[in-house]
Amino acid sequence: MINTLINGTNFDHKSLNALQKVTLRAVVMSFLFYGLVAIEGMIMRMVQVGPSNPLPEMFSHPDHYFSIMTVHPIVGIFGSTYQLVFAAFMFLVPFLTKKPLYSIKLANAVWLLITIGTALAWIAAFVWQYAPLYTLYWPLPADTTQFSAIGGIVFIVGVALIMVGTLGFIYNIYATIFQKVGVHANKTTKELLISGFGIDGMLNLWYKLTGRQPYSKEPALALPVVAIFRGTVDTFLDAIVILSAGVLVLVYLIFDASGSALDVTAIDALLYKNYFWWGLDLVADGLVLIYVAGSWYLLATLITGQKLFMENVARAALMLELLVSWMVWSHHLLADQGQPEMMKLISGEMVTAFELLTQGLALFITLVTLWKARPLKMTMELKYLLGGLIGFGLAVPAAIIQADMGMNRVLHNTQWIIMAHVHIALIVGLYMTLYSALYVLWPIVTNNTKMWSSKLSNVHFWLYLIGGVGMGAFGGMAGLDGMLRRHLYVNGEFNTLMILAAICGTMVLIAWAIFLFNIVMSVGIKGLIGIFLPAEDPTASYGIEPETVAQNHKVEEKA
Amino acid sequence: MNFTNSMELLAFHETAYTIYALMIISVIAWFGYNLTRKEAKSVVRIPFYWYMAFLVAGGVGHHIFTYNAIPWVSQDISREHITPDAKYQFEIKDHKWINLPKKITIQCGQTIEFDVRSHDLVYGFGLFRQDGTLVTQMQVNPGTDVNGILDSNDMLWTFHHNGVFDLTSTEYSGPDQYDENGRDLMFVPKLVEVVGCKDGGQK
Repeated sequence: MINTLINGTNFDHKSLNALQKVTLRAVVMSFLFYGLVAIEGMIMRMVQVGPSNPLPEMFSHPDHYFSIMTVHPIVGIFGSTYQLVFAAFMFLVPFLTKKPLYSIKLANAVWLLITIGTALAWIAAFVWQYAPLYTLYWPLPADTTQFSAIGGIVFIVGVALIMVGTLGFIYNIYATIFQKVGVHANKTTKELLISGFGIDGMLNLWYKLTGRQPYSKEPALALPVVAIFRGTVDTFLDAIVILSAGVLVLVYLIFDASGSALDVTAIDALLYKNYFWWGLDLVADGLVLIYVAGSWYLLATLITGQKLFMENVARAALMLELLVSWMVWSHHLLADQGQPEMMKLISGEMVTAFELLTQGLALFITLVTLWKARPLKMTMELKYLLGGLIGFGLAVPAAIIQADMGMNRVLHNTQWIIMAHVHIALIVGLYMTLYSALYVLWPIVTNNTKMWSSKLSNVHFWLYLIGGVGMGAFGGMAGLDGMLRRHLYVNGEFNTLMILAAICGTMVLIAWAIFLFNIVMSVGIKGLIGIFLPAEDPTASYGIEPETVAQNHKVEEKA
Repeated sequence: MNFTNSMELLAFHETAYTIYALMIISVIAWFGYNLTRKEAKSVVRIPFYWYMAFLVAGGVGHHIFTYNAIPWVSQDISREHITPDAKYQFEIKDHKWINLPKKITIQCGQTIEFDVRSHDLVYGFGLFRQDGTLVTQMQVNPGTDVNGILDSNDMLWTFHHNGVFDLTSTEYSGPDQYDENGRDLMFVPKLVEVVGCKDGGQK
């Protein structure tokens, strides 16, 4: 056992090329941040249990509690989820397009920037207890009567570094897609753009309806790459919004620290809310849904080895999802009485309801693709994929229900939306999809390293699924009972449901520890350290011909 | 169907969503089981266009249903044309309620306008029953017009059931909302009392 712990099963980090190593570095950081976010989440769950919780009293102090609540989503969304998704996509785009990644150096910069940025934001909350929450409702982040200006500056710099890293990822993805090498050597930028936006899928459908030959029998980009291309548009817009809001806060904090504070009323709070939610919502209702749909399509085709059912419809739907994601932010402002009623009705209710359609379509296409290929072996990747489908099957309707002017009066800002929707969407829907991708990609990225224990993989699956759904369900019930999401309860007001949610949260935490242990036993401590050592093989691709790699090196040299 | 207060709506919602949740989990579990079986046949064949029509009907129908079944939706949309039976206006500054009446007594069936204005931060206005469930709420955004008059955040609410309701801010406005022991300083117990309704609600 000790030997395996040190050396792993058959993992050899020296055999990994540069692309594999940079992917695994980000994956390692992602799961470490996941552990941190799970512990933070459990601290908050335990505080909500009430005075009988075994935690030291300091965690129940408002400064401490809300600083944890502030960094919890920063660490979870950016430190963990962004890292994992970016790592997967910076591997998958070269893998699927049969082209090398544009720049390994940039990929290294991405995980480093996100890691350092997340750490800085966490330090700002831990040391200075800077706690305006991720919503940053104006003028709270610039309120230096409650928060230290220095803490705020450190926090904003941290978030800015994360966004710069995000921009690096975006550049790397698009530069890789538009590289005129390999199978795309003779493709024009226009052809790649048409395919990237799914216009070829729409035209194929139109041509079929009008009795003509397909516009494109072999689209320039594979469907999962189209989803990555499309979702990354939202990732870019979101990064710009968060970055610009950060600059605004930073300017106010710097002026305040220099002794000449600016007037916070110069910024309209409701207008700022609209701008910020437009950008922030592109994470939840844009890139997550589009990336997830693309991941389901990829996983369904890899697991079954068959073509995706209704591929042209799927391509066209991704385009629709992009437009939908730009117009739904008002569902966050249904309780804001100054928000125009027409925006609430159209953006907040009607367009938002389209997400039921786009996500329902992705679910349908994935299920039918799997069904047509049966009998299938119930592998870990298939189990996790089904878990991911359950997650979104539960989470999306939970949000659609609240995105209604009637329901919002009694559900806005309650535990319903954060637990029954957000946590189930992320923990069960998104992460189980990512675990499925991890099991699919594991042999490719690690050069066929044997997973130490399949029993532990199964234990992880069941603990995680039951714990994730249970925590979301009990938290959601507390929301229906009136429990607010951004409120401190120290007297055990919702004691029974919070105990049940804490038990389920503990299952998720234990599941993470089991998964991490299984991974460490598979790669070994030596292997884990080796991942962070420079790669002997500088290849920035996987599974393509050496001449394409050489061609790319020439392109890089020219650049 | 018509909901006269948020309690009935929440109970209906909890039942409906629980049934849906159990159904979707069962369907995927059944699906997963049958994926491993060669002889499995579809129990039902759902044509694609019917499935899409179901989703559209679900998404749009949900809003049509609530618009007709939840009275405060249409009331909220057309509130500028409705004259309330009584109006209460108060302000918030430094996490403290200003000009808040000691008690608000409402007769059954009265439509009340609450107009809350913030001097500094984004707050919330929420009324809660004694069992902790939410009666209604809105966000309270700060801001002034060109004359320096505080922006209004107003909502109408018609009370159809007797009850005693607490008030607190439903939006996070920084840790100063609490004392060091975690006590909510914006919590006002038993601010609102509704009287004159029958046991089952209504006059």
